[in-house]
Amino acid sequence: MKFQNLMASTGEWLRGEGPHHQIVVSSRVRLARNVRNRAFPGWEHAAKSVGSAIVMNRKQTLSVMINEEDHLRMQSIRSGLQLRQAFKLVDKVDSALEAKLDFAYDAKLGYLTACPTNVGTGMRASAMLHLPGLVLSELINQVIQAVNKIGLAVRGLYGEGTEAMGNLFQISNQTTLGEKEDEIIARLNKVIETIIEKEQDARQVLIQKRPNTLWDQIGRAYGLLTYAHAMTSKEALNLLSVMKLGIDLGAFPEEKRLGIDQLFIETQPAHLQKSTQQKLNAEERDHFRAQIIRERLKSLPKPDISKVAREPEVTGNSEPEKNE
Amino acid sequence: MNDAAVFLTQIVDGKMQKVNLCEGCSKEKGVQDPTGFALADLLLGIGAAEEIEKSGSSTRCPVCGFTQADFKKTGRLGCSSCYVAFADGLNSLLKAMHKGTSHVGKLPARAQKTLALSDRMKTLTENLRQAVQEENYETAAALRDEIRQLESQLTESK
Repeated sequence: MKFQNLMASTGEWLRGEGPHHQIVVSSRVRLARNVRNRAFPGWEHAAKSVGSAIVMNRKQTLSVMINEEDHLRMQSIRSGLQLRQAFKLVDKVDSALEAKLDFAYDAKLGYLTACPTNVGTGMRASAMLHLPGLVLSELINQVIQAVNKIGLAVRGLYGEGTEAMGNLFQISNQTTLGEKEDEIIARLNKVIETIIEKEQDARQVLIQKRPNTLWDQIGRAYGLLTYAHAMTSKEALNLLSVMKLGIDLGAFPEEKRLGIDQLFIETQPAHLQKSTQQKLNAEERDHFRAQIIRERLKSLPKPDISKVAREPEVTGNSEPEKNE
Repeated sequence: MNDAAVFLTQIVDGKMQKVNLCEGCSKEKGVQDPTGFALADLLLGIGAAEEIEKSGSSTRCPVCGFTQADFKKTGRLGCSSCYVAFADGLNSLLKAMHKGTSHVGKLPARAQKTLALSDRMKTLTENLRQAVQEENYETAAALRDEIRQLESQLTESK
């Protein structure tokens, strides 16, 4: 498949059909593996330059990075909270590959990886959570601290060492040695389910106690996104996050959800660069980004707050999910 | 080296983790709110190399030539044999970093096979010892042949 085609299609994980998809954007499980008796890529690259690549399936649910930090990094991404399903797929790929490849494995330490933080299972399971309610009610730091205390990591949008933007937080297992894969996933699932509840509670409290703040945020996001002519990616992400919350709460029609979700991805610097086919400087990108957003949101009706105010319970959040 | 100005202690799952940082490092690592991040992220970058240095592990991996200084620089290891070469230091690091010190998860099919073979080897060796003790030399000879065969299988599967 050509890179261009890959860019043009929307991955399953973004189409938002998985359980709890309003709050859990995506679930990802990756396994790190190395081939026995070969130096890890970082060290081998230093000695002689060798190639690296990425292989991806058409549905974009599975990818394998070759010669990144480890020889192989296979990962499965699904929409919503589907860590078990994501693990099942990537585990299957791992088992198929190990029939052909002799992986670096130690009876005591398990799978050996370039970084000691991955040794053992070589597994990192993570979920990308959209938590505008907890951020607006200033409860997010409490949640992050609590999650850290039980040995899970909270990171920003782009993973390790990045700041949180667009109210998106990545929660993942911190440890990989001394615990079984399914135990790690079960622990993570439990914590994520608790965070989902906290986020839903926070949203309800906002609707009831601070409706003006909420509608102000949504109104401003709508105004800026539909009228601005220059917008940084950080501003875009933060405003799109508020629009997403608006859809969750019913202030915008549900059928506009995919369009908003796609804008999260398409307004990223590299996507803009790729779609114009030319090199843009930061200022040009900000203009182009605002232009794309204005065009996309042309048909978006004004926020209808009355709908939310009258039926606060119809947020779609409280429905029990069947799949997980 | 600068004097440490920021002292962090975090208790994760009942295990204490400590990191001391100088002012410059703490700024560089974005440590303004010491509770808002996971210490393990830091441990690797700062504590890990010192840990290995202190342990008196060999300074160079005999297989790939990776050195302690390389680990200090990159926070990554050179090859699987580095885990053996730097074992002493790595073990205390892994203990601080992870839930346990032994892998309990998935086994590759190959490792499963080797595991089964070495279990069988243990049984056979024990049987042989008994047979010799009981002066049952016919059984002992048969067992010895079986052990030899298994030995060659074991070296193949490695």
